[in-house]
Amino acid sequence: MSVKEKIDVPVMAELAARGEQPEYLFWVGCAGAFDDRYKKVTRAFASILNHTGESYAVLGTEETCTGDPARRAGNEMLFQMQALQLIELFDSYGIRKIITICPHCYNVFKNEYPDLGGNYQVISYLDYIEGEISAGRLNPGLEKFNGVKVTYHDPCYLARANNITEPPRNILRLLGANLIEMKRNRHFALCCGAGGGQMFKEAEKGEKEVFIERTGEALDTGPDLIATSCPFCMVMMTDGIKYKNREEDVKNYDIAELIAQSLGN
Amino acid sequence: MIANLIFSLLLILAVVLFTANIRHIARNIKMGRSIRINDQKPRRWKTMAWVAIGQSKMTTRPLSAILHIFVYVGFIVINIEMLEILFDGVFGTHRVLAFTGAVYPVLISVFEILAVLVILACIIFLARRNIVRLRRFWTGEMTLWPRSDANIILVTEILLMSSVLVMNAADGILQIRGNEYYAAVGSFLISDMLHPLFAGMSDSGLVALERSTWWFHIIGVLIFLNYIPYSKHFHIFLSFPNVYYSNLEPAGKMSNMPTVTNEVRMMLDPSAPANDVAGEDGAVETFGASDATELTWKHLMDAYTCTECGRCTSSCPANITGKKLSPRKVVMDVRDRVEELGIHRRKNKGDLNDGKDLFGRITDEEIWACTTCGACVQECPVNIDPLAVILELRRYQVMEKAAGPGEINATFSNIENNGAPWQFSSEDRLEWTGN
Repeated sequence: MSVKEKIDVPVMAELAARGEQPEYLFWVGCAGAFDDRYKKVTRAFASILNHTGESYAVLGTEETCTGDPARRAGNEMLFQMQALQLIELFDSYGIRKIITICPHCYNVFKNEYPDLGGNYQVISYLDYIEGEISAGRLNPGLEKFNGVKVTYHDPCYLARANNITEPPRNILRLLGANLIEMKRNRHFALCCGAGGGQMFKEAEKGEKEVFIERTGEALDTGPDLIATSCPFCMVMMTDGIKYKNREEDVKNYDIAELIAQSLGN
Repeated sequence: MIANLIFSLLLILAVVLFTANIRHIARNIKMGRSIRINDQKPRRWKTMAWVAIGQSKMTTRPLSAILHIFVYVGFIVINIEMLEILFDGVFGTHRVLAFTGAVYPVLISVFEILAVLVILACIIFLARRNIVRLRRFWTGEMTLWPRSDANIILVTEILLMSSVLVMNAADGILQIRGNEYYAAVGSFLISDMLHPLFAGMSDSGLVALERSTWWFHIIGVLIFLNYIPYSKHFHIFLSFPNVYYSNLEPAGKMSNMPTVTNEVRMMLDPSAPANDVAGEDGAVETFGASDATELTWKHLMDAYTCTECGRCTSSCPANITGKKLSPRKVVMDVRDRVEELGIHRRKNKGDLNDGKDLFGRITDEEIWACTTCGACVQECPVNIDPLAVILELRRYQVMEKAAGPGEINATFSNIENNGAPWQFSSEDRLEWTGN
């Protein structure tokens, strides 16, 4: 799917102007909006929402940072500025359910906004996809990944922080992938190295970068494909694959992209 | 008679000293910021039963889990024998529990089996530390004292357990020989096998051996009891309350700062009434922590509970890749700092300002290498939260000192000005749709 091709995505403000209230807010996140690689994941997930005929909208230009990186880097003031303004915006649209493709946004909405008065049903896109498949509204083609060797890298903020470990694995198995686990997986997975503000700064001095260590663990499984479910993990794994000169034979895709591919998009 | 008196005096001295040590530590822990943790009691008891008593989080590393169970069960069960020794010591009786008849040799045999398992476990533990030299026992903060502390504990336990076995062996031979002071109470499973070692000794020699190992054991226990508060071994007491007071919030959640909410609300809407959400004691709160007194008492209890096993550090992505950050060091630094401040306070009539702080021990390089992945929190067998301390230090640096790394400050500006951590315009947020 080319990025140039236009994709129809409902925008919250336009719906509100017509007096419509969608079921879900699809929260894209900063990486989903601005990172060239991750924009493809955003498109893939939007195409899934369109495929299932979901009632949803994005905030578009009204979206802003959740404040998550600020809080984790110690700037509570900035975090709460962002959070309180967003909660006000959500309230103005009567938003109750949020689907996110970013684990960091997911975690902050689900676990940290309630303290500031923002209570929503927060749904990870992985849970959504698994649910839609079992409800029969999403029927991915099963042959596309038959026998493809896939290893899945758990993002800290889905697995360790929020116990979301099985939906991505169930989805991969359903796609026919030959799922191979890394030694450290699920709650014990090694971080990609980008959390806690590290994405936005140079790493401290050490023997090697965390992403190289983790990509090494992934490559040790001998995969055709490394599946990820977080924008920062994707940057790290893709960089790691490049660092190890394995771009030719090992791909890195997000779970949403694999589903979209199997749908023929 | 004199022996009973000496014993009683030693016992009283040991208990008095121990009580003083505990009070010192309790006062130090209370140096921390006050917070109330009295919610969800049933869940807290359940967590304590599962994690502390049941040691559920140890199982991720099966070998050390099994060996630790030997020592742990041994410690608890053999304490029943301690009761007998204490009674005998004070009242001059010999093996007072022997009135239990046929049960008694079974009881002693169980103790002896456990003693052997404890010795075995401690030998393997010593080998892992000193011969195999597992990385987590030798990195960074594992300087001479922490390494020696571990060895002292292990050697002491081996000596204490061995003395019981030798004592029982001597006792057993004297029983067989029909010595009038050593009533036949039945045979003991393990120490019976040691009889050949001492069979050549005279009655008086055996009595001397039995008495000296008895005294060695009990004096050893009383000294060890008073060593523990200075040692990482203090976890044998604090694990239970520390797990009870665990952070029960979702693992990904970072603590909220209500005082900041108040300020932010006023900034966003100056007409809003100022809610009184200042610190519980009404004082102006420091944002984050620069010293132990600005951490909560729970963070300080964490520090005293730490047994320096290093599971946190060995699973920390920063540490694994050779960075300076080590969650265990952060926790050990907090304890050392609290101790230092406690001594200063005692010498200076309650003064808590010695001109030093945590940043004298924990550097920027460590604080800013954390990815907040939570692996350290997940790993800790006694639910210590090193990440919470790192976050409080970051908060202090950023909000009180505006001293974060340059790139992080740039990220903050981007979020403030562009609503994203990067310098992109929010007008472009729908570019991905291909419009």
